[in-house]
Amino acid sequence: MHELAVTESILEIALRHALEQNATRITALHLVIGQWASLVDDSVQFYWDTISEGTIARGAQLHFRRVPVRLACQSCNYEYAPAGEILACPQCGSVEVKVIAGEEFNLEAIDIETGTE
Amino acid sequence: MPERIPVVEKILSANDRLALENQARFAAAKVFAINVMASPGAGKTSLIEQTVRGLTGKLRIGMINGDIATSFDADRAQAAGASAVQINTGGDCHLDAVMVQSAIGQLDLASLDLVIIENVGNLVCPADFKLGTQKSVLVASIPEGDDKPYKYPGMYRGVDAVVINKIDLLPYVSFRMDFFKKGIEVLNPGVTQFELSCRSGEGLPAWLDWLEAQVRAFRKA
Repeated sequence: MHELAVTESILEIALRHALEQNATRITALHLVIGQWASLVDDSVQFYWDTISEGTIARGAQLHFRRVPVRLACQSCNYEYAPAGEILACPQCGSVEVKVIAGEEFNLEAIDIETGTE
Repeated sequence: MPERIPVVEKILSANDRLALENQARFAAAKVFAINVMASPGAGKTSLIEQTVRGLTGKLRIGMINGDIATSFDADRAQAAGASAVQINTGGDCHLDAVMVQSAIGQLDLASLDLVIIENVGNLVCPADFKLGTQKSVLVASIPEGDDKPYKYPGMYRGVDAVVINKIDLLPYVSFRMDFFKKGIEVLNPGVTQFELSCRSGEGLPAWLDWLEAQVRAFRKA
């Protein structure tokens, strides 16, 4: 359900950019999804196959790049990946922490064909 | 050979843009809107019911209700002094800016001070879809367990206030308040927090005072 809305957005953005480039076909999409962005790849792929039918993006490959969560302690500057229920800084115990990666939810690039070559 | 075109666009940018439009409509009418999110059974509806009851006479309240099936329906909202619009989400897991946009059209914003939007009970999806409210509030509850911030970081990251409901059950449930709050503190430093019970009424005045002050400050600005 959630993934359908997301997949529709992905298609809309891809088609808009392809149109600007006068593309005749979209062959691949490159998505960047952070670990803390809730999205199920398989589910997006499932909807993609259905909703891209009849568009120039039909059959395009979806490439997912997953970005692991990285936290930076604001007290001692230590950078780390959270392990399960340990979110606080493992070095100094501080809870003043900044999320520096892992919340991405972007369409980074598309591969297109133009003309008839 | 295919050619690679950089896009670098947020996937939900269309929803984000529409949320900004909603926000502008609320702001133009000097209406303060809140997005209330929670897992099913945390007490969203009870909190809203208590809020409408506690602030009626002080504020003019409108409601947008996105729950798939709720006990606090439009009739009861009206009975408690609020005007209400029900959104049929068709089984969707979250509200989005489009649904809220059409619901706004059914409310007479000029006659309201506060709009409470009740999101669909879910701790995952609603976090990603901005609605255009001034503030968002997460209702957590003691029986859900103290590990929820760690399991659903996305939901705890983006909210302006966390209401911890059902504190009257603390003696009966193993819930480590320190552990729970430490998770919130990491994910959302300095977020406003309330501990209350919609059933006993304990802690409710602090929440009501905060919300009323938020609305008044916003309307004065």
